[in-house]
Amino acid sequence: MTAEPAYDVAIIGAGVVGAAIARELSRYQLQVILIEAGDDIGTGTSKANTAIRHTGFDAKPGTLESDLLRRGFPLLAEYAAAAGIPLEATGALLVAWDAEQLASLGSLIKRSRANGYSAIRPVRADELYRREPNLGPGALGALDIPDEGIICPFTTPLAFAIEAVLNGVRLELSAPVSGVRALAGAHLLRLPRGEVAARWVVNAAGLNSDAVDRMFGHDTFTITPRRGQLIVFDKLARRLITSVLLSVPTARSKGVLVAPTVFGNILLGPTAEDVGGRSDTQSTADGVDALLAKGRQIIPELPDEEVTCVYAGLRAATEHADYRIVCHPDQRYACIGGIRSTGLSASMGIAARLAELLADAGLKLRPAAEHHQVHMPPIGEASLRPYGDERAIQRNPAYGQVICHCERVTRGEILAAAAAVIPARTIDGLRRRTRAMLGRCQGFYCSAPITAMIAEATGTPAAHLLHLDGGKAPGPGDVAERAK
Amino acid sequence: METEHAEVVIVGAGPAGLAAAIELRRSRVGRVVVFDREGTAGGIPRHTRHTGYGMRDMHRVMTGPAYARRYVELAQAAGAEIRTGTTVTGWASPTAVCTTSAAGLTEWHAHAVLLATGCRERPRAARLVPGDRPAGILTTGALQQFAELHRLPIGHRAIVVGAEHVSYSAVHTLTAHGLSVAAVVTEHPRPQSYALLQAITVGRHRVPVFTDTEVAEITGLRRVERVTLLNRRTGQSWAINCDTVVFTGDWIPDNELARIRGIQIDRGTRGPCADQLARTTQQGVFAAGNLTHAAETADVAALSGRHAARAISRYLRASTWPDRWIPVRCGKPLRWIYPPHLAAGDDVPPRGRLITRTHDFCGRGQFEVVQDGRLLHREPKHRLIPNRSITIRARWLGSIGPGGGPIEVHWANRM
Repeated sequence: MTAEPAYDVAIIGAGVVGAAIARELSRYQLQVILIEAGDDIGTGTSKANTAIRHTGFDAKPGTLESDLLRRGFPLLAEYAAAAGIPLEATGALLVAWDAEQLASLGSLIKRSRANGYSAIRPVRADELYRREPNLGPGALGALDIPDEGIICPFTTPLAFAIEAVLNGVRLELSAPVSGVRALAGAHLLRLPRGEVAARWVVNAAGLNSDAVDRMFGHDTFTITPRRGQLIVFDKLARRLITSVLLSVPTARSKGVLVAPTVFGNILLGPTAEDVGGRSDTQSTADGVDALLAKGRQIIPELPDEEVTCVYAGLRAATEHADYRIVCHPDQRYACIGGIRSTGLSASMGIAARLAELLADAGLKLRPAAEHHQVHMPPIGEASLRPYGDERAIQRNPAYGQVICHCERVTRGEILAAAAAVIPARTIDGLRRRTRAMLGRCQGFYCSAPITAMIAEATGTPAAHLLHLDGGKAPGPGDVAERAK
Repeated sequence: METEHAEVVIVGAGPAGLAAAIELRRSRVGRVVVFDREGTAGGIPRHTRHTGYGMRDMHRVMTGPAYARRYVELAQAAGAEIRTGTTVTGWASPTAVCTTSAAGLTEWHAHAVLLATGCRERPRAARLVPGDRPAGILTTGALQQFAELHRLPIGHRAIVVGAEHVSYSAVHTLTAHGLSVAAVVTEHPRPQSYALLQAITVGRHRVPVFTDTEVAEITGLRRVERVTLLNRRTGQSWAINCDTVVFTGDWIPDNELARIRGIQIDRGTRGPCADQLARTTQQGVFAAGNLTHAAETADVAALSGRHAARAISRYLRASTWPDRWIPVRCGKPLRWIYPPHLAAGDDVPPRGRLITRTHDFCGRGQFEVVQDGRLLHREPKHRLIPNRSITIRARWLGSIGPGGGPIEVHWANRM
């Protein structure tokens, strides 16, 4: 076959990193396809993390992670403001609870400075308790990281992906790549619907980035998913803290934190346990109990509030202590693997770096004549949302009809999400775009009307939305034996 | 933003709110406005298709939807304004609320506010049940809306968690919609509902009931595939395949508005502290219905609303408010007591009774009501059943020492 390949670049994986790369490349005169195995943008680690906007103060100095976090920080701040991604500059306090932790604060300051972040400063116990009066007893001191904050993990990859699509990137969902073959200066990626040809391939496949890397003949890293369980407490708990409360990090993880969320809740977690499979996102009794015990120590009143939800995400940890960003110019293939636990914060830094690597390898990056900006609907608590916006309601009364009462999501927003550039096609997709059904009643009041609304707006049968149309019904003969 | 004025605004057009509106209008109170954030008024009974509604308040028996419609008709006939699709989003002042609706934003100034926002069942997440988070996990309220209001598919094979009245109602709804019910599961040693109700639901459909049993895990990728049950007494665990799990009961008041106003909340009921005349700790703000005692039957909620309305009428004429209340405390096995505090005087709660709940099954025994070591009341009972309404007569309220200590309500088992 001597026809031109269909695409200049194929990106495998539409999580926050793949979507950021798609957005970056959409600024140039390139034919780009963004390929995602799941049924929506950001269905892997991108939808189940701590939603912290890391400065990178505690990264290992000299690593790619440190460099790209530092690079990405101002880019994401500017982009979030322009695109309307919910973001709050809460600041963070890294709290020391014993003498050993207190003694380690000095080296954390040194590390922070080595990472280029020098606004970090020590805080004495009296100032700490003035700032956080609901903190449990026994804190000895803290570090103030004034620029650390919180961001919406759902809106960020969606904004990147929508901007990419608005600027000509093709999005292919429900398209796992099952194999690749080389043909005449292009890669032929095997998708369910057939083969797609692309001159360059970027592997941003997250938890599956090692498997994709092997499809291209490399075997330099293995993902060992590390699960983090998290507890989301009711909005009525929001008053208990002001800043993100961090723990002294260990080699395995950043430790348990207590943080506000952009939706007005309090987040407690994560745990850190190695799991076998890429869908082992269960919550466990031990994990939740451990978090509650830690939470009670940090904010004693926190466990008295109702839990709104418990979720778990998987970090793409590898045997290496840094990102695996490798470009193979001869192969016209780049791998963005092992992004550990900082993909959201570093996403724009990673995308900028990847563009440089591609340019160095010979891909011509000519800026496109025009570039469309994206404006995401306001869903953060810190912004004026439609239910409280008189002008929006006057323009469209559906913005005054609250359907999800706990999160105050209106009919107008739900219908807009079903009709958006990358529309909500599933109930989960609607949750992430609007906050609907993420509240304290967990659908007691609204799951039926919302299911009916989405079925009608998208033309999808309700049974499909409810995942009732695959496989056979469970039968009585399947009851497993009682354990002896 | 518009501004409107009313004598009384009521948040919630369920049985309590509507019964209050009717009573207020019959007492010649001026403008009475009832808000409901749902598209239709009537509350939970709108989608609870079984009969048995109306016994104590209307002296009739009817289905939930008919009962809901009847209250709406009566309220409208009495001249109350019912504004549906209207959400109370917060407070502008002690007795002024902000609303949002398709017509825009409005600030409502009133002389009294009645919170009648009811209660909901606690969902799986709040109960901290481990496992995956697939589709197919519901509460009874959501199940009823799926089945009765929106006619949506529900599933094929279900587990019902809980064995109280509402749990058997869930079994009935599931079987009536073609599902098989693989099990009813309760943490308690025995079911907590009427034998007849059990017979016509689980008995009729041969549904096994597992007692002393909890759901240890839910498994399923996109849809529920199975639940793992654990018998806490024997330690045995086993799995049952199913695609639907209905969590029933375990009620919690919808108390957001009270909390954001800074109204004192009772740790037991988790609703606003309301005294025997429905008064909260904020002057001019009353609370009635299942917001204050989750969950009684609809007729009890309606009577609570009617009782609150009489207290509101008195307040509109006299404008006095207690400056202190005497706490009512209950010890094990009692979980909570309503009213959680009392104003000195002769006024009694709705139906002349206190309401309580027990953690555990108890045999013959008696309640003892004590203040400062002085026995005020003794009331024998045959038994106490968890998740069932238990009442205590309140005729002793007049003998409370107004300057005295807390009222203690004890349960004494008779051996």
